[in-house]
Amino acid sequence: MASKGKTLFEKIWEQHVVVPETEETPAIIYIDLHLIHEVTTPQAFTLLRESNLKIRAPKKILATMDHSTPTVPISSLKDLDVVAEKGPAQQIRDMIQNCKDFGIELYDFNSDRRGIVHVIGPELGATQPGRTMVCGDSHTSTHGAFGALAFGIGTTEVAHVLATQCLLQRKPKTLAVNLTGNLNDGVSAKDIILKVIGEIGVDGGTGHVIEYRGDTVSSLSLEQRMTVCNMSIEAGAKAGMFAPDDATFEYLKDRPFSPQGTDWEKSIKKWSELKSDDNAVFDKEVNIDVNSLEPMITFGTNPGMVMPINGVIPDHQGSVSFKQALNYMQVESGKPLLDRPIDVVFIGSCTNSRLSDLKDAATILEGRKVSENTRTLIVPGSQSVKKEAELLGLDKVFRRAGAEWRESGCSMCLGMNGDTVGKGQLAVSTSNRNFEGRQGVGSRTILASPKTAAASAITGTVQDPRKYEVR
Amino acid sequence: MEKIKKFTAKTVNLPNEDIDTDQIIPARFLTLPSKEGIGECLFADWRFDSSGNTNNDFILNKDVSMGCEILVAGNNFGCGSSREHAPWALVDYGFKAIISTSFADIFKNNSLKNGLLPIVLPKDVHEWLLDNPGIDITIDLENTRVEFNNGDNHEFEIEAFSKYCLINGLDQLSFLLNHEDDIMKYEGTL
Ligand code: SF4
Repeated sequence: MASKGKTLFEKIWEQHVVVPETEETPAIIYIDLHLIHEVTTPQAFTLLRESNLKIRAPKKILATMDHSTPTVPISSLKDLDVVAEKGPAQQIRDMIQNCKDFGIELYDFNSDRRGIVHVIGPELGATQPGRTMVCGDSHTSTHGAFGALAFGIGTTEVAHVLATQCLLQRKPKTLAVNLTGNLNDGVSAKDIILKVIGEIGVDGGTGHVIEYRGDTVSSLSLEQRMTVCNMSIEAGAKAGMFAPDDATFEYLKDRPFSPQGTDWEKSIKKWSELKSDDNAVFDKEVNIDVNSLEPMITFGTNPGMVMPINGVIPDHQGSVSFKQALNYMQVESGKPLLDRPIDVVFIGSCTNSRLSDLKDAATILEGRKVSENTRTLIVPGSQSVKKEAELLGLDKVFRRAGAEWRESGCSMCLGMNGDTVGKGQLAVSTSNRNFEGRQGVGSRTILASPKTAAASAITGTVQDPRKYEVR
Repeated sequence: MEKIKKFTAKTVNLPNEDIDTDQIIPARFLTLPSKEGIGECLFADWRFDSSGNTNNDFILNKDVSMGCEILVAGNNFGCGSSREHAPWALVDYGFKAIISTSFADIFKNNSLKNGLLPIVLPKDVHEWLLDNPGIDITIDLENTRVEFNNGDNHEFEIEAFSKYCLINGLDQLSFLLNHEDDIMKYEGTL
């Protein structure tokens, strides 16, 4: 019998085993790149201080501020008190101090490299195929778009990586999600991943690393792949991955941290081997046809409660949790969401705040006005995205339409920095979580693509972007 | 870390499925500087209304829930964010174990590092617990068994190394630090 091939995940895993796993102990895995931000690190730094430990590899850390940072322009720490509440402001100050004390380079307010940690990793070329990457943040799965093994960890583990550059890990299982077909107009990567989560459920990926495969993959840009990988965690998956290909190499070429010169050629050769063998076996497989996919929206309080934009809300079938979710959202089984009035549109977050997302939104908002009843907040994922968007004049399109255009950050995705959706308000958001109160106490969230969000902003109701895309 | 071997405690039920970490501890409390007292914010938006008044209908605010140290919760508990504040809040509030039919991976890992036991039981046993709230049960970590008053007992699974660390009150970082030679050797190959 021919020997079993290896999956992409298994290849990267094996290359990073420092000490193999046994029945008694997990494997010790080496981490190539550690991303850190202000919210999940303070207690880890405290632990290092208390235990008198140093950072093992400060050069293997990428540090930024995104979660609690204000999205209004800020020029000095003094201004921080004007624009931020006490808690977040202190957290930002602590981050600056911690990075200083421990010799870590931090992309802070003055840096044009600052941005949401999962947006800047790729755009700086720090996210690379075959790397192991972790961050005290569940959406670390984003970086798998490049064929990296990237996943979220807790603060205790952040301390482990700071001190040893290693993690204790049991080997996860593998799940192949086979995507076939081509996307229709008005449909985007966000709709793919919402569909996947709807199909496999919010715990469908638990204990597994997903590899997205199939003929759709080659037609997806790296930015689209990031959107898909980003929300893999919403299906409970440990990580999401795409095998690197020419599009990956193209994206990474000449980025600040990408290999240069002869190293670049060597890297491409190495990276090209990073794909699942033909005879590799996955623990589970799921097939999703995207040919007939429509724009998707969520109607409930988790990302698995999802339906096509023209659909009606499904029956609760006796589930108490489902009924509670509909209750919270103030929606009813059997009714549509289309044309429903909304209060807020948020275009941003590590799921959908890259240049292509903003372009998608701008195509729809160009020459139009957003509804007077709808607050529309557009937050670029990084300062670099902001600059690129402004070079293309997208900021003007947004401002003319009546939308707010901000500095980069997580912003309304989790509402830590003062940007929130009000109590009882309904938002169409391009972020990744529609949990109760996620965007602010009592807020209600419909997740959608940037196209759907932009279309909805125009009428101030939930809208199908296909009505607006072609003129 | 305190050693955990065997304890008996009363259950309280929160049968909702997919309870996410934003419910366990909303994001606005992630700026709290310390783990102590963070239990005040546990399930904040369910325990209190927006003016800070206690919601008397919420199970944890009822007298019967006083002193309960085991939470029996619906499937896929702890999904969502990686915030370790979630187990910190549960522990600080007084919980020692959560029983469900499944847990989100990161939450489970975080819990095990904070002496909070995430215990998966079969569906029928879980249902029985939901039907019989507020009972005393014994969790025997050394033998990985849950024992009920009526003599019923059920085995549960827990990752071997985490179990070893919890029983002996060891912290996992020292284990990693002890492998300095292996790490150096690996780094030599990079
Ligand atoms: S944008 Fe939202 S999901 Fe992404 S890292 Fe920030 S808070 Fe987390």
